[in-house]
This record gives sequence, structure tokens and C-alpha cells, in this order.
Amino acid sequence: MDIRFRLNGEDRAVDAGTSQSLLSLLRDGLGLPGSKNACEQGECGSCTVVMDGRAVCSCLVLAADTDGADITTVEGFGEEDALHPVQEALLEGGGVQCGFCTPGFVVAAAHLFESNPTPETDEIREALSGNICRCTGYGGILRSLEKLAGR
Amino acid sequence: MDIDRPTDLAGALEALRQAPDATLLAGGTDLMVEINFGLKRPDHVIALRRIGDLQELNGTIGSGVTWARLEQGPFRALAQAARTVGSPQIRAAGTIGGNVATASPAGDGLPYLVALDAEIDLRSATGSRRLRWDEFFTGPKMTAIEPGELIHSIILPDELPARQEFGKVGVRNAMVISAVMACVLRFDDGRTRVAVGSAGPTTLRMSRAEEMISAETDPSEAALAEFQRLVSEEVRPITDHRSTESYRRHAAGVIARRLLERCLA
Amino acid sequence: MTTTTGTRVRGGIGESVKRPDGVPKVTGNFAYASDLTAEGMLWGATLRSPYARARLVRLDIAPALAIPGVQAVLTQEDVPGRKTFGQITQDQPVFVDGEARFWGEPVAVVAADDPETARLAVAAIDIEWEELEPLVDMEEALEQGELFRHAPVHRGDPAATGAVVVEGYYEVGMQDQAPLGTEAGLAIPDGEGGVDLWVTSQWTHEDHSQIYRSLDLAADQVRQHPTGIGGAFGAREDMSLHIHVCLLALRTGHPVKMVYNRLESFPGHVHRHPARMWYRHEADADGTLVKVEAKIILDGGAYMDTTPAVVANAVYFTAGPYRVDSVHAEGYGVRTNNPPTGAMRGFGVVQVCFAHEAQMDRLATALDMDPLELRKHNALRTGDPLATTGQIIETSLPTVEVIDQLAAIPLPPPLNSDDPRRLPGGTGRTTTPEYVTRGVGYAVSIKNIAFSEAFDDFAEARVVLSPTGVEVYTAAVEVGQGMVTVLQQIVRTALGVEQVVVVPADTSEIGSAGSTSASRQTQMTGGAALEAALEVRKLALERGAGDDLTSEGVWLAGELIMTLDELCADGPISYHTRFRHPPTEEPDENGQGVLHADYAVAAHRAVVDVDAELGLVRVVQVDTAQDIGLALNPLSVRGQIEGGILQGVGLAIMEELVVEKGVILNASFTDYLLPTFLDAPDVEMVLIEEPSPWGPFGAKGIGEPPTISSTPAVVAAIRNATGLALNRVPVRPQDITGT
Repeated sequence: MDIRFRLNGEDRAVDAGTSQSLLSLLRDGLGLPGSKNACEQGECGSCTVVMDGRAVCSCLVLAADTDGADITTVEGFGEEDALHPVQEALLEGGGVQCGFCTPGFVVAAAHLFESNPTPETDEIREALSGNICRCTGYGGILRSLEKLAGR
Repeated sequence: MDIDRPTDLAGALEALRQAPDATLLAGGTDLMVEINFGLKRPDHVIALRRIGDLQELNGTIGSGVTWARLEQGPFRALAQAARTVGSPQIRAAGTIGGNVATASPAGDGLPYLVALDAEIDLRSATGSRRLRWDEFFTGPKMTAIEPGELIHSIILPDELPARQEFGKVGVRNAMVISAVMACVLRFDDGRTRVAVGSAGPTTLRMSRAEEMISAETDPSEAALAEFQRLVSEEVRPITDHRSTESYRRHAAGVIARRLLERCLA
Repeated sequence: MTTTTGTRVRGGIGESVKRPDGVPKVTGNFAYASDLTAEGMLWGATLRSPYARARLVRLDIAPALAIPGVQAVLTQEDVPGRKTFGQITQDQPVFVDGEARFWGEPVAVVAADDPETARLAVAAIDIEWEELEPLVDMEEALEQGELFRHAPVHRGDPAATGAVVVEGYYEVGMQDQAPLGTEAGLAIPDGEGGVDLWVTSQWTHEDHSQIYRSLDLAADQVRQHPTGIGGAFGAREDMSLHIHVCLLALRTGHPVKMVYNRLESFPGHVHRHPARMWYRHEADADGTLVKVEAKIILDGGAYMDTTPAVVANAVYFTAGPYRVDSVHAEGYGVRTNNPPTGAMRGFGVVQVCFAHEAQMDRLATALDMDPLELRKHNALRTGDPLATTGQIIETSLPTVEVIDQLAAIPLPPPLNSDDPRRLPGGTGRTTTPEYVTRGVGYAVSIKNIAFSEAFDDFAEARVVLSPTGVEVYTAAVEVGQGMVTVLQQIVRTALGVEQVVVVPADTSEIGSAGSTSASRQTQMTGGAALEAALEVRKLALERGAGDDLTSEGVWLAGELIMTLDELCADGPISYHTRFRHPPTEEPDENGQGVLHADYAVAAHRAVVDVDAELGLVRVVQVDTAQDIGLALNPLSVRGQIEGGILQGVGLAIMEELVVEKGVILNASFTDYLLPTFLDAPDVEMVLIEEPSPWGPFGAKGIGEPPTISSTPAVVAAIRNATGLALNRVPVRPQDITGT
């Protein structure tokens, strides 16, 4: 089924499969594997994208319902040689280990900092409580983002 | 799979008239889990998120209002409940209408609506009807919605108590399905409403506890203890992988008593 | 080692060097197994047993094959070579062979043009089962003699008695590693009858040695490639879809990709062994331990996997990091129809540490002694025999230091907030400060590093110096822990050359690096890389006739005499090595002998806030002092410790697979609860740097100790807050409320 949306700043016309999630469309249909599939039920945040100004789990978005939407995935948040400040912070602060949760944290944290550039520690924790990290214990992520918030 | 993406209510109702058994999609946070795990393969979807009429939040609550918006108010205990729904990402997408339609005993928005005797405003191409919560929820994950109908909004009574508290007991400090949860409302004249979730086949009202405590203008410690006991007695929980029948019974009483204490403070 | 190492290099050991895979990971460009694709790729899917135990009555794949787009459906009869697999004993059929023995056991696999068709084909397979009564109780299994291993330890006088006796019974529930990346693999046929495999694995060569035998191919016809992996924690030490995806690729002649969803992942890998443990400690009136007796049963699930080695670890660390003259323990790993169990971070020591530390606290109470004083009084030191095996400890063992340094970390301030995020129950607003009690608890652990009991444990690495810099070839798997960074740092420091890249090498290119487990890769592959790098430096200095090597080239008496270009004009300088740790022995019939290669100790202090009326806990802070040998990369060390602690916290208060009649009832991230950001404690740590005799630059493995004693420390803190005995983990709300 043909849909049109804006993806990482580019207008796209794509074919969304029947009963396909946005996550599956991104990964398997559009060659954008940065959004990760870890639970498919909105309980880990690994597939977080920004859609029409809201950070959502792309696994819980029906691809066919994204017609007209403006979507930014992790691929839209920075290039290898021009990292987003959140990406830079996570690298510097030890916020990355296996890295599977990292794209989701990048998107969710960038979304947080967009609306609140100086979040308190507890605000960071709560805003990212939908992103599970199994490696870091969150310490490296927290310190990275506290530093970015100027704390 | 066919999909309709109406941009107004009339368009949605017309689509529903043509396909009364179509699957309604709002935030997707329940439906997509079933789709992802192959439990549901809808032939026809009507997507509701573009309909401005369902987004209204002024006295009544449009079914398309997200938890993220409700978290900001204006309904105190509902905002408290909204904050506990899933993750921030879920709250950005998920809607109260979806919670009502799914009708899970663990639906976090339901204790507030049940405690307030809210009504559900259903619309179809041929008309509308309003059902009180206890007419609407017919069983676990079962409702009185007929084919061709959608939930337009939730209608709250004119008189809302100033004192209202919600609490949710779960093993994790965020993003958790409740072992048990409660909402307690107290009007200035002492009338008290108590609804408990995850402690029975549907969200339950604690009528005996309500009656007992409503008669107490300045409840003593003993009255609070009796209130707790009655709630624990009145719930109908089960043991499952999330908790046990006896813990839920105990915790329902404790959380209800604490919420009442906060209302009285 | 006579050759000196370089000293001036940037990015060497001791620096918090950034990960070389960090940029691709933060931009979403890092390729995990589940991200790989190939031209003409098909998708695989798996049919699984819906029962924990059932006889396969009928299996008809024809309806699945009839679906357009389905390219193959394979079952046990399609396995051309060895019909079974397994690390220690090959007792697990590739697919169900007549009888399913655990819930979720693979029965058949399908390859189809797209994932949806593959799933539909799985559903179309016509299958009939006769459900059988599963064996799910580990004590019953022991009574029936369903044993994978009985590991006894008998040392010292069994009749020894002490003035004070404490006895206890303890249970540990089934924890899941829950790596965020699920099982995934891509197999590409080579057109000549062989196959290349990229797959979620911790141990490239071990998998490979099992796969080619089941495929009935020569070893060199199958090449397994180290692959990007979204965490492991033991879950990737045993195989999952490896053989299946290769079979499908070889049958169809197409690349085939398989990715488990989360529901499949839960039964699709081994878990931490649930345990039941009976303990008896006897001590003199001054607190000196006299005797420890224990019986330990671990539920090994349906197939052996690594159960014998896990049982060994449990029984050899029965008594913890303490001197005891008499230890008598029996460890059993039993066969049941419960979900598979095997390796998970801490590997058998997690279970016994929960028990022996509870015992130490009870003993302290019985003796009216400070719990840390009791531990220090009995602390095991270098030169002591390990209480169980009698092996003399030759490595550094700063048990007293970790306790003292831990105790010196300041305690956090008392609870002074009514913000729900700072309270038990979190955003659920369950409580207010008047219902909260604070508790503090301690625990200490000892863990072996690398493989034990005469296992031929080695790691190969090849270091190649060329004009563009240095390449380090290894088949070791980076699972997120930071090995790729540490190898770079070791080689930079050893060689004196800054430009170092770690190259993942497949099974045809290099020999085994062993498993990324047992806290071993820093010491093993790190040891191999160090050895090879030092040889390359020596060869370079010989070839260049100089006295120092840097990124610029060879130096003599402070003058650059030869660039790297010139040095390598006749070709790169390369050295390949196979590193082994000091040899270990088989245990004798009493579990005695030189069984371990190295040890590390750690101590944890947990501070918890408990709402006893609702049974909810917030872990406020977990502090630690850990014996790490040397911090090769302080930032990575911190990350390993914090991450390990949170997994220990998870086991203490929320992580458990709920299993009923062999079926997992909570096989989802909705119901298998992993700690969120709001559940994570603050962590303060002290790193104790006393060198290991054989780790690179004295470094020790650091991955497992944080997970081991953090769990008992949290439970001790809850006991301290509530006065309850709490003999099982995870501690559930109803265990605290008593309802």
C-alpha cells in the first residue's frame, strides 16, 4: 500500500506492507536498521523515533498509518563526522556498551533536550524510563546526559 | 488489508458504516502488540489519529487524547494515573479511548473513570448513545461497543471532587503493569468513591468501603483500618504470574487507605 | 618477557580511551547480526513445542511446503550429520526427535521469501502431540537420578564442630540474561557446498566445531564470523538457531536470515540455573569458621549445556572468600523439563554467594559480631588454600582490602525527599516517607577467572605491523564489554604504535580465542595480544636495528632511523600466538586439586529504602570495592561494574522467569521485569589494583564479580530494614508483607 511521508527530512513515497509496523518498514523495507527490534511491544524503547514531534516506539506504529507523517529516526540525528550533542555525550561519558539500546536512547534523549535543555537528574531518569539498557546500569548514560545538561 | 485514514468524525463514521467490523486504530499501543506477534491480522483498519474532534479536552475527554496530554492535567488523579501508563513513548501515542476500548482490568485510566461514574459517548453513522461505565464494561476485555460504533469521548460528571488520588502498586518504579491500583475520591461532604484495578475481572467499585467511610466526617485511625479491611475483603483478585491473590487483596486495602489518608490530609 | 614495551604512545593502557565501535553505535550504523542482509535472502522461522514434554505423534510439513513463497521446511530427519549438539555432551537433538523435552524446543524450520510467509508456513505445519507429564521439580529429579553432574567436595575433618551453628535453606529463581539483541543469524551458501555464518555468539570456534559436524561438512567448509551482538551475559554461549539457519541456506542455495522475536528468545537460550541450597556453618566463639556443609541442587533443564561446569563453580565457591578448614559439600545438576539453563554472568557462583553471605550474616548475629569484622576475621588471602579445593591461592587476593575500602565509602544521606521517583514504588505514588525504612547490607564474593578443571583454555591472536599501522586479528567476540578497546590499548602500549585496529577473524582465518565468558577475554585474548605485540616489537627492533619503536618508526639513541614504510618495505611484521593460562587439573574424587587459573574478589554494600507494608523496595545506592588487578580502561571498568551491579539488583528484587509445569508464563518484556532508569541505584566504587601474576600488565577479568555479591548485599539490606529472614531471590513484595 502506497504511503507518503517525510523521513529524515526527505519526502518519500513507499510501499507499506500489510499489518507491518513502522519499525519493520524502516528496517526491512527502507534499509534503515538503526532503529532496533528488541521487544515489539513498547517495553524497551530500542526502536524510538520522533513522529510529528513526539517520541514514540516505531514497533507500535502501523506503517500504513504514517501517511503524511514527519518521521526522524536515529539516522536523522547525526552523521559519523557531525554527531548530535547527545551522541557525542554518550560516547564521551561511557554511555555505550553493546550499543543495541543506544539508538533509542539517542532519539529519546535528543527529544528530551529539545524541549528541556537543562533537565534535572530525576527528569532525565523519568524521561528515559522507557528505554531499557541491559549493559551499563544507566550510570554512564546518566553522567553523559547530566554533563550535557550542564550539571 | 485496507486502511481508512479519515480526517474528521463524519469521515470516520462513514467508513465505519461501510465496514462496521473494521478494526479501529488509535495510539496503536495495544493493537500493534497483537499484530506484531501474529495474534491479529485485521482485514480493514480505520485509523483515528487525524480526527480533531476526538482530541478535545474540555470537560469531556476526547477518546483520542493521549496519556502525555492527560499527564499535564486538568484531572488530578487521572494525571497521576497517566504518568504511570507504560513508558513516555507509550504515553505519547496511547489514548484514553484505547484504554477504555481494551477494557483490561489492568487499564490504568479506568479506576478514575469508574470512581467518577463516567459515561462513554459512543457514535455511529446512525446515531449516538451514552453508556455509564458499568453498562459499558461487560467483562474482562469486553465492552458494549457494537459494530459500527466508535468511542467519541468520555463524559465526566459536572461536580468533580477536589480531593482525588491515584496510586499504582507494581514491582518496578516505572513502566510496570500494576499488581493492583486504586483511585480514591472524596467530596467535601464526605462522600467517598473508591475504584480498584487489577483486583478482579474488571475495574471494581468498593461499595461497602465507600458507604462506611462516606459516613465518617473525620475518620479515626480505627475507621481507616476498617476501610482498609473492607477494601481487602471486597476485591476479587486472582493469582497469576504478576502477583498473588492474597498479596493483591492486602495491597489493595493498603493503597486505598493511603490514598484516603492523602485525601483527608 | 624480556622485551620492553613502548611508553610514549597515546591511547595506551590506563586511559579511558573511547570505543572504536562507538561512533557507528551512536549513529545506528553498527551492524548487528539482526541487521545483516544479502542479495536473494530468504527468511527463516521456527516451529516450537507448545509443551514442556510431549510425544510427537504426527508431523506433516506438506501443507507448509504448498504455500507459495515457501522454499524449504526442515525437520530432524533433514539433519545430514550429527543429529545432536551440545558443548560438553551432544545430547540435544537439532530438532525435536520423537519427544519434546522443553517448552519452545524447535521442531521444524521454514525458509520463505519473506518473514510473513515464513510465519504462516510454520503455522501451517500439521502436527499432533501427546502431552506427557513433565518432570519439573529439581528434588524429584535428584531422587530419580536424573543427574548431569554430582560434584562433591570433601576437605578437612567432617566431625569438626564449632561453638556456634547456623543452618539455612535458600532458593534462587530463574534469571534471564535478557540481552536486548535477540538470537539472529545470516547464513550464506558459498556455492561449493559450504556456508558462511554470521550469528549471535560468544564463542565462535566452539559453535563452529558443533555446526560443521551436524551439517556433515569438513571444518573448512563452514566459516563462522564474529558478529555484532546486542549483549550476551552467557545467553550466547550455547547455540540457538546456528545449525538451523545453515541447513536452510544449504538446502535452498540462498542466503537465509533468522531472527527470534522476544517470545521465542526466552525459551531460545539457556538461563541462570534456579537453585535450592541447604547450608550449615559452624564457628568458634571468636568467629573463626570451623566447618561449612552444604547441599546444592541446580536445575539443569532438559539438556546438559554447560550445567556440569556451573555445578562445579557452585560447589567450589560454596564457602565464599573465607578460610575454613573443613568443607563438605555436594553439588548436583539435575535434568528436568524446565526451560534450558546454562551460562549466565557469575556462572554458579551467584547462587552460592546468595546463600553463603546470608549464612555469614546469620553467624554474625548469632555471635553478636559486626558482620564485616566476621568476614575480615575469616578472610581468604594469598597463600591460603581455597576452603573447598585446597588449592593454594597464588594470585593477589585483597579480600580484607575490598572490605575495608568498601566500608570507607561514605553512606548516602538519609531519605529526604517526597518525590515519588525517590521512593519505593516510584511514579506509582504508592508511598510517602513515613512508610519507608532504610536498610544497609553487605556481601563479599570470590570468583574464578577463565576456564577451570583441566580445560585446555587458550586464545589465539595475530598482530601485524604494516606501514599503515597495526592490525590485531582475533575470533574473540566483542559483546559490548569493551574488549576491542582494551586490546587496542594493550597492543599500543606493548608496541609503542598508536594506530591499532582490531579485526574480527573468522574460523578459517585464525584459531579459537575461547569464549567471551568467565571474565576471561581481558586476560586471555588480552594476554595473547600482548604476547604477540611484544614479539612484533622485538622483530621490528631487530629488523630496524633500533632501540625503540613508535608510530613514526624505529629509533636508535633518540634518533628516528627508519619509518614504518621503510621498516615494512619487505612486508609486514607479523606474529601469531596461542596464549594459555597456567594449567589446571581435574578434581580428585573429593573435589581437590589445582582447579582454577585465577581468582578475583569483590565486596558490595547496598542501601535500600523499603516500604514494608506494601513490600516495595527502592535500591538507593550500591557501593563496591573490587579486585581488578589493573584498570586498563577506567571508563570501561566503571561501565562493567555498574552494569553488573544492576543485573544483581534485578535478581534481588524483580527478575524471575515464572515457570509453571515447564512453561514460562512471563516470556515478554512486559512481564519479565528488567530494571529501568528509575530502578537503578547510584554506585560509588573503589578499584583495588593488585596485579594478577599472568593477566596483561597485571589486569584481572572484571565482568562477573559485580553481579555476584550485589544480589546478597541488596537482600541483606532488605533484611536489615525489615528484620525478615528472606531466603529466596528475587524478593517479591509478598515475601516482605507476608501476605
